[in-house]
Amino acid sequence: MEASFLIDTTKCIGCRGCQVACKQWNQNNAEKTSLGQTFTNPPRLNARTYTNIAFFEGEHGNKLFWNFARNGCFHCKKPACVSVCPVAALIKTEEGPVIYRAERCIGCRYCMLACPFNIPKFEWEKISPRIQKCTFCYERILDGKLPACAKTCPSGTIHFEDSIEKNLKEARKRISENSEKYVNHIYGENEAGGTSVLLLSALPLDQIGFGKVSEQVLPDLTWKYISGIPAVIGVVLAAGIGSWIITRRNKNMDKEGE
Amino acid sequence: MMSAERHEIKMFTPLTTGLLIIIIAGAVSVYKRLALGLGATTNLQDDFPWGLWIGFDVLGGVAMAAGGFVIASAVYLLNMKKYKPIARPAILTAFLGYLLAATAIFLDIGHPLRLWHPAVMWQINSIMFIVAIHVILYTTVLAMESSPMFFEKIGLKGVQKFVEKIMMPIALFGTLLSTLHQSSLGAVYLIVPEKLHPLWYSQTLPLGFLVSAVMMGLSMVSFESILSTKFFRHPANMDILSGLARGSLVVTGLYFILKIFLLVKGPGIAAAFDGSMEAKMYLLEMAVGVIFPLILLVLPAVRKGMNSILLVNCLVIFGIVINRMNVGVFGMLRHAKGRGISYFPTGNEIMVTLFMVAAGIFLFKFAVKFFNVLSHEEAEEVH
Repeated sequence: MEASFLIDTTKCIGCRGCQVACKQWNQNNAEKTSLGQTFTNPPRLNARTYTNIAFFEGEHGNKLFWNFARNGCFHCKKPACVSVCPVAALIKTEEGPVIYRAERCIGCRYCMLACPFNIPKFEWEKISPRIQKCTFCYERILDGKLPACAKTCPSGTIHFEDSIEKNLKEARKRISENSEKYVNHIYGENEAGGTSVLLLSALPLDQIGFGKVSEQVLPDLTWKYISGIPAVIGVVLAAGIGSWIITRRNKNMDKEGE
Repeated sequence: MMSAERHEIKMFTPLTTGLLIIIIAGAVSVYKRLALGLGATTNLQDDFPWGLWIGFDVLGGVAMAAGGFVIASAVYLLNMKKYKPIARPAILTAFLGYLLAATAIFLDIGHPLRLWHPAVMWQINSIMFIVAIHVILYTTVLAMESSPMFFEKIGLKGVQKFVEKIMMPIALFGTLLSTLHQSSLGAVYLIVPEKLHPLWYSQTLPLGFLVSAVMMGLSMVSFESILSTKFFRHPANMDILSGLARGSLVVTGLYFILKIFLLVKGPGIAAAFDGSMEAKMYLLEMAVGVIFPLILLVLPAVRKGMNSILLVNCLVIFGIVINRMNVGVFGMLRHAKGRGISYFPTGNEIMVTLFMVAAGIFLFKFAVKFFNVLSHEEAEEVH
């Protein structure tokens, strides 16, 4: 199985039930916020908020249109955060979720730097800080239950499947059957080499906070370097020993000449 | 004869007093960081997780330490015995540089007491794992490379002789580790093609870091030799300084070609002149660290004068530090700005960095006073 969400933002009514369910299941405290320019609240993800609904006002079909976007971890197929973690604190599970093993983490925050979606957050205020992010409710999935956000969603926006392929098929079907309703872009199909969370939207995705992310599988970029290391070791050792032998012989010959 | 001269180095000069004040004030900042956490004492935040400490202390500090492996490989692998008198100060600098970089990492990570985790919890896809292993192994190698002067001091001649005998394999291992470590620090940023500004991001970041580290290493060694002459009244060897300058000329030339090639092939020359903050920082880095030094080093007269070499050294050191800051901090700001974030280090962050620099200079001076660092060449000639 490979857990997957199809998040059809056109169905979202902005109730934020998913935010609340997420906080409850993960026992994350509420936080003090203030009124900002939008109704998005809390205004951004942080170590205590794994998911939030961002509110975007736009125009669609010449009418005022609210687009509600659910933010959270995309659970990449080839996650950059997992590849950069020096101690394998973050791992990609067989079932799809990218999960975190706090007891291994050294707090280097390389995962935060590497994530193309800026998802991992840090408990900055703590002396013993952890990385925090959406877990895809890994324990619930193992238990055959729906992730908390999907379970609570009243509008069918967050649709869970045990296969990315099934959700992709469904997403393509929705776009082709209702092409004026959606932009023709399944966000997450190719982004960062493909993710477990797929988004559909009425407004172009960069207008609802999902910036352009290249289709490059990011861990490949570093693997190219790492896989070259044995060759570098060979070259340096050969060059080092070679030049040592040659230069020493020259020196000895000079001495004999004297 | 030389040891008498060494004892003329006074421990309490105005410079040392200044250093001690910075060290004490900095120690308070270090304590605050440990007691209150990163959030309370730094301006690091979710959309800007790495700041001054990574950019300056770690990336800059490790580059400054490159003189150790450059001189060690020249002396022990290429048998260029001419440079043996500067091997001890170069290796000592590298050792101190790595100790301080390790201290910076200790303070920067969220769980300082888990610093050892990468040594047992391997994850070979991670550049950070590779960097961590290199720091551990190379600091050990540097400790071994600097140990002869310690054994000499405490009178263990036999052990000193033994370590000196096996110096070639130690130096070879050190060169290998340094090549990989310097380039790995560049490779750290391979994973952020969309966050690091295109003026700095390229697939050849590892090579760029390695070549510029060699530049920095040569300049640091030369810089120290000249300052030792001025402060510790240790006679300078112009033959060595000119040799280092010739080496710098070749490496700076290579680096210049690489940087121009990357600029043209990557974002294009226009990107360096679009007036943005990044373009200005790039031009500063290139002018100070590459172009001026190259123009100066081409002139034979510059390579023969101590003061002109000192000037070039300062330019290169400053320029390459700017390069590391550009990759680690300035080049990442545009992405953060897009997410509504800006970063400028807190006073506490700056104090911790100053603490590292002051401690490095202080420890170097301390070592020069109590160990046979600078006058090694005469000691050599006795046997």
